[in-house]
Amino acid sequence: MFSGFMVNAWVVASIVAVVAGLVGFFTVLRGSSFVAHAIPNGSFAGAAGASLIGVSTLLGFGVFALLGALTVGLLSRRGRHDVATALTLVTMLGLGALFVSLNVEYASETFSLLFGEILGVSSGQLTPTVALAIACVGAITILYRPLMLSSLLPDVAEARGIATFRIDLAFLAVVALATTMTVPVVGTLLIFALMIGAPAAARSFTDTPLHALGLSVVIALLTVWAAIALSYATDYPVGFFVGTISAASYAAGRGWAAWKRRAGLPGRAARRPTPVLSTPD
Amino acid sequence: MNGALAAIVAPGFFASAPVQVAAAVGALVALVSGTVGVFTVIRGQAFAGEALGDIGTTGESGAFLVGVGPLWGLAGVAVAAAAVMELIGIQRPRGRDLATGIVLGAGLGLAALLLYLYNVDHSASGATFTILFGSPFAISSSTIPLVVAFAVVALGLMLALFRPLLLSSVSPELAAARGIPVRLVGGLYLLALAAAVALAAFTIGTILSTALLVGPAATALRLTRSPARALLAAGLIGVGAMWLGILMAYDSYDWPPAGHGWPVSFFVVTLILLGYLLAGIRHGRRRRDGGRRSSTLRTTALERPGD
Amino acid sequence: MTDDRSDGRGSQLLSVERVSVSLAGREVLRDVSFEIRAGEFTGLIGSNGAGKTTLFRVILGLQAASEGSVLVGGRPRSRRNPMIGYVPQKFLLDPDTPLRTRDLVGLGLDAHRFGVALPSRTRRARIDAMLEAVDARGFADQRVGNLSGGEQQRALIAHALIAAPRLLLLDEPLANLDLRSGHEVVALLARIAREQQIAILISAHEMNPLLGVMERIVYLAAGRAASGTTQEVVRTSVLSALYGHHVDVLRVHGRVLVVAGEAGELADTSDPAHTQTQVEIIS
Repeated sequence: MFSGFMVNAWVVASIVAVVAGLVGFFTVLRGSSFVAHAIPNGSFAGAAGASLIGVSTLLGFGVFALLGALTVGLLSRRGRHDVATALTLVTMLGLGALFVSLNVEYASETFSLLFGEILGVSSGQLTPTVALAIACVGAITILYRPLMLSSLLPDVAEARGIATFRIDLAFLAVVALATTMTVPVVGTLLIFALMIGAPAAARSFTDTPLHALGLSVVIALLTVWAAIALSYATDYPVGFFVGTISAASYAAGRGWAAWKRRAGLPGRAARRPTPVLSTPD
Repeated sequence: MNGALAAIVAPGFFASAPVQVAAAVGALVALVSGTVGVFTVIRGQAFAGEALGDIGTTGESGAFLVGVGPLWGLAGVAVAAAAVMELIGIQRPRGRDLATGIVLGAGLGLAALLLYLYNVDHSASGATFTILFGSPFAISSSTIPLVVAFAVVALGLMLALFRPLLLSSVSPELAAARGIPVRLVGGLYLLALAAAVALAAFTIGTILSTALLVGPAATALRLTRSPARALLAAGLIGVGAMWLGILMAYDSYDWPPAGHGWPVSFFVVTLILLGYLLAGIRHGRRRRDGGRRSSTLRTTALERPGD
Repeated sequence: MTDDRSDGRGSQLLSVERVSVSLAGREVLRDVSFEIRAGEFTGLIGSNGAGKTTLFRVILGLQAASEGSVLVGGRPRSRRNPMIGYVPQKFLLDPDTPLRTRDLVGLGLDAHRFGVALPSRTRRARIDAMLEAVDARGFADQRVGNLSGGEQQRALIAHALIAAPRLLLLDEPLANLDLRSGHEVVALLARIAREQQIAILISAHEMNPLLGVMERIVYLAAGRAASGTTQEVVRTSVLSALYGHHVDVLRVHGRVLVVAGEAGELADTSDPAHTQTQVEIIS
């Protein structure tokens, strides 16, 4: 499974996993699981529209992803976030339904676009993937500090002079780019599973933000590698394995956290001072 | 007057049997979805509503494997998924959405597997297309009783739970203090949501299922603070959007390019979005809030709807 | 009633001038004015819904005032104001979030700057010093989501203080704390105010925990404010005028009680009959 045509799949998948782990860390931090699902789901309509006008489907996908991100950001300003996401999603899908009805011959690549297929990765896709990955990683690095604070304490961040709305939009744009990147391997319907499963598990195993970030990437890499290997062996779609392994990682993380709580790690008790006056809440 | 009507409504509209079926089915679903949707928006569970629809369609295509009707398959899987979400049992909104996402991921992964296994010649594309973008308005006479039964279950649960659900959605601590079993109520709500979504996804497709669940309710909550009035408004808005969308789809038969009309889902969704935006303008003027609002991207379920 | 400290605006940190705020058609704040100077400990007292949080949001620039202005250090509020530190009331962090106390405090140093903080000994030393100052060394490496209410409060205070503000705003820090934790937080704040000459503005719905340390008070009722020293403001005459109906202000064992009278009845301070308050002690 490491022969010529598979190398591309491994390389692209690894790049995808690194980006998914990094962007996913903040996705989980901000509680943006719905957005991470909605944007790639709706952007599929962009791919349909692109093929309608004879443009690259990846471009159509990316444009719709960014427009979707912008719409969610703008609608969220004055409304509930989950309502904004739902409405943006259905609007994109409504447009998708329109494009699909206008262009009946599109159907062939649908399945692999949606659920991922390792053989669908051509060497021509390597360049755009790397470019998008650099853009995403760069953006996350630059935004790291203000993004952390505005995710945790939005009012405090705003009072500090951080333009939280712009940071929100920037982050959504990064999510759009990150999900666009994954079209080749994991499929649009399941990239979000990778983006939330790995970080959700990672944060159960470490208290430090930077370590959790690194661990998200590691778990994401392990997930896609296992998914590709299993997909190669069984011929089942990659997305199936990504979805189930992500769920398993999440469960493992929750289980570990629950066990730690019940066991009452001795380290914690020792470090806590025993103040005479204060009572625990 | 007749001339104006003729300009808006293409000939044969009111007499057409498919239109009548679509209008009836659509109205029923809009009413149920709007009712359940108001609580969905208040509780901040739009993601759960969307996810159950997506996961449920797995059951719809896999139902024949177990030898049950597609609606039962849909509902069964939706209820099972809702049960899993409930069992994971996180109450805080962020964690709850994360759990929803994980369950959705596993469910969609399973869907991928099923579609692959049972469409080995890769006409899976056709099936996926119908699932994603179809708005079948399917209601054969044999399924009518079942469809109505689901509607009754969902509506009945909502009406029975109205007050405790409202209180525990707006203030769980207060509800618990009053002796309301908050988790049980939440679980029953998820059950009603699963039934409503199953009903909608089966008859009018997943896109419209989510749209009718979230859109009219969110619009209604922007227009009124009274939950009872919001329920009424959500139903009316949903039915209105549905009927108008059907009309526009019918009229579009002669539009370019293909001569088979534009999809109903496109029109209905666009109308719902417009309604939400218009209500937002009105809502914004009422508040007269001159200030820059700090970001509301991380909301709790306790935040006032429409904020 | 607004205090009149006409000895120049020299050391004035914050000046709220005739601020009114309307929300959803309702007038939340009306003509509120007060001043804060370096090193002063001021309490913003008012019951829930009196407008304390709204006033804070105006001062922090999160909410625009319909009328009036806010001057910080003599100049109108600009977007980024390092002079003001903010400690919010609610902290929505859950125990799943991977963030230790020291990470939270570290964010206070430089979160407004882009990029990632490069670990350095100076940075760590500054964070350690701040943790020491708020007595948080004991839980420095614990997740913030796992801390008790009082500990979280101290973590947030450290987060705000490390940026060296001249004025610290705390939104109802005592609201969710038990009495003892509350006393500890107040003592900590008083010590910080004294040692570092930082002005403190703390909002609360109960003034008693603050009586020992509070030098000045801004009392909010019915959207209007009275400010001055505790002596000047916490009196039957002043508060009755503020509320628009008669209230009695009593001192019992050093604690203050504000007791509402009959609605609609306005205290007539010239009438000797009114100054004799009926007090019945039930043993």
